[in-house]
Amino acid sequence: MNVLAPNRTVGQDPMVPRSFVIERVRKELSDTYTMDLVPRDGLPFRFEPGQFNMLYVFGVGEVPISISGDSKVTAGISHTTRSVGKVSAALNALQPGDVVGVRGPYGAPWPVADVHGMDVVFVAGGVGLAPLRPAIYWVLAHRAEFGNVAIFYGARTPEDILFRREVQQWRGRFDMTVHVTVDRATGAWSGKVGVVTQLIKGGGFDRHNAVALVCGPEVMMRYAAEALGERGMPKQNIHVSMERNMKCAVGFCGHCQWGANFVCKDGPVFSYDRAEPLLSIWEL
Amino acid sequence: MGGIAPMAENPPAIVMDGAGLQSLLEALADRGYQVIGPQVADGAIVYQSLAAASDLPAGWIEQQDGGHYRLVESGDARRFAHVVGPHTWKRFLYPSLQRLWSATRQGQGFEISTEGEQPKYAFIGVRACELRAIGIHDKVFIDSGFTDAGYAERRRRNFLVAVNCARAGDTCFCASMGSGPDVGDGYDLALTEIGDADDPSYLVEAGSDAGADLQRMLPGRPAGADDLSAAADAVAAAARSMGREMVADAGPLLKRHLEHRQWDAVAERCLNCTNCTMVCPTCFCSTVEDVTDLSGMETERIRKWDSCFTLDFSYIHGGAVRREGGSRYRQWMTHKLAYWWDQFGESGCVGCGRCITWCPVGIDITEEARAIAASETAGQGED
Amino acid sequence: MVDVVGLDELMKEHNFFDGFDKEALELMAGCARNESFRAGEYIFKSNSDATHFYIIRHGNVSVELPVPGRGRITLQTVGEHETLGWSWLVPPYRWWADAKAISLVRAISLDAVCLREKMEDDHELGYRLMQRFVPVLAERLHATTVQLLDLYGLPGRA
Repeated sequence: MNVLAPNRTVGQDPMVPRSFVIERVRKELSDTYTMDLVPRDGLPFRFEPGQFNMLYVFGVGEVPISISGDSKVTAGISHTTRSVGKVSAALNALQPGDVVGVRGPYGAPWPVADVHGMDVVFVAGGVGLAPLRPAIYWVLAHRAEFGNVAIFYGARTPEDILFRREVQQWRGRFDMTVHVTVDRATGAWSGKVGVVTQLIKGGGFDRHNAVALVCGPEVMMRYAAEALGERGMPKQNIHVSMERNMKCAVGFCGHCQWGANFVCKDGPVFSYDRAEPLLSIWEL
Repeated sequence: MGGIAPMAENPPAIVMDGAGLQSLLEALADRGYQVIGPQVADGAIVYQSLAAASDLPAGWIEQQDGGHYRLVESGDARRFAHVVGPHTWKRFLYPSLQRLWSATRQGQGFEISTEGEQPKYAFIGVRACELRAIGIHDKVFIDSGFTDAGYAERRRRNFLVAVNCARAGDTCFCASMGSGPDVGDGYDLALTEIGDADDPSYLVEAGSDAGADLQRMLPGRPAGADDLSAAADAVAAAARSMGREMVADAGPLLKRHLEHRQWDAVAERCLNCTNCTMVCPTCFCSTVEDVTDLSGMETERIRKWDSCFTLDFSYIHGGAVRREGGSRYRQWMTHKLAYWWDQFGESGCVGCGRCITWCPVGIDITEEARAIAASETAGQGED
Repeated sequence: MVDVVGLDELMKEHNFFDGFDKEALELMAGCARNESFRAGEYIFKSNSDATHFYIIRHGNVSVELPVPGRGRITLQTVGEHETLGWSWLVPPYRWWADAKAISLVRAISLDAVCLREKMEDDHELGYRLMQRFVPVLAERLHATTVQLLDLYGLPGRA
């Protein structure tokens, strides 16, 4: 079903990372950075939108980070990381020229290659825009193959809007609609204030022929999926990206088990008809 | 009785006496195997390096129950009348501490080096449930899309001498899990202890080319029909005397009751000590630790056994997903009995009973399943 | 009241009135007015009488609470396809926040006294209207709860 087959490392130890050099670091938000990495071995890196890598910081540890760059670029990879723990903070403290270990890409991608002809609705919350960005790039690169394209993005405050310049550029395009809302208005914000589900209620997609890609905190994804469902979108056309503890990303460590799934292999992207029954069980 | 029927391509079964076991150990040692087998140590039967056949636990059996394990004398000379103790073979195939790789800092980068040669193990006395458990780990670490190189190599070099159980333990329930006591297949050689309990003989059957090669080195006489039927009878008797039984269709049962008061009831007793996961032959969860020297120049990534009973296990930034004890017990039990089927096409529980025996408060997985089943027939239990 | 027919046509276009029959629409149109507000203009101010209920046809409205020392805190924005205000429904019928047009706003306003009277006179209509207003309240409560959760913030950090 996918254009690019995942890199399966049979016969080679999947626990051993490849070395990548940090080429560029961009500060996105007060605690969030985007890093461009290039492989030391010079070999191409291929991935599909929605996949993630395990990034290793020397002596500190490893952390799963979704890929936030363009899947058409194979000379390097971009990751956007928020400092939420020891490893992500150490990662964000690295400088250009430093080396990180990379294992991946892992996981089931957004189904962008399978939904030609449909409207595409991106629903992002907070830094959840980062894992969606490769899918947005994909859709825009194949713009003629899709119907209406809409991005509904909810952030905490105007200062927390990720990829602000790019979001502005997307807003300026005539072939897509971009709605941004914040939980709390600050400063000179003249945009929307409220939750992302309110944006969904505004519609802008053909409910019978649309796919939604949803990424953000789990509770936000549930509300968003419910709002999309209320607008008439079938659950199998709604896709969410799950987050669970991961130590190995290849189904060896058991940490990300979720019902009958390993989120690392069977996800992180799940259609909502599969995710909803599991999300409804407390602490599953 | 797949293990009892002689295989066409392998040499016919033989019967050897107790001295033949020493020949077996020597033949394995000659072939470069590190031989591991059951022995008595610290009041239990454990798996460790086996220097001589005389170190096998002849004359010992265990009393087992929920939270109870005692060695007692059997009063005879059988070497394999015991069942399973606290150890499992995963401690060799998937050790509790493994160095994945080490790295040395070089400027802004680092160089990674991996382990060299893997050990060459021969296991003596692998029970049917354990053989099944090893097969389960093979699926997890070799046949599920990714291959754990170290595990795969240890298994490739591995020689398995299985033993058919002629006696069932008090916490055993392999018969109801369909995983024993007959060893089935997947072994190199299979032994069945038969004949005089004070001077037992061993029916030897080969299950692989390597096993067949080795069998030809062993002293013995061709097995007769009476030997084969004696072995079959012994295993059948063990199957009839299981100490425990798992309810039928436990997997679908648990999936129907993901919300059930029994999870809270078990949580009141469960200490979250992780014993059940440590002694379980199929539990494979692990975590990773980074150990760095004081200079910060050298670091190692160490993989350690982990347990879904710890709070940290499900930690994502902000906190643990499974904060309640009942959620963690449910995770463990539903994975073993229900979701394992979806993920790997078989049960993750092999009915060895270790989790019952080694639970300090005697929580019994078969009882927990039965309690949920009973609530269903009584039409109660849902929150 | 000019152009009553035009108003109930306009009302029909708004999803708030989906499912109302012509008779009910005409009845409500009797309380309705077509209004517009310039960007920056206040539609209502807190503590004033809640005399109207607004159905936004075009533009965005900011619902704000003046907090001494912190300025004007925007609680939510209300845009096309949405409704503005619920204080007219609950005694003492006084606005508890300000509503300001962010851009040019075109709205249908419904006179609160007129609407309440009609709901009182015709409980059938009143019930059906309440069926529309209660979800508006629930949605506001729901959104407020989600905002309170501060989902995008880091746990343990204000």
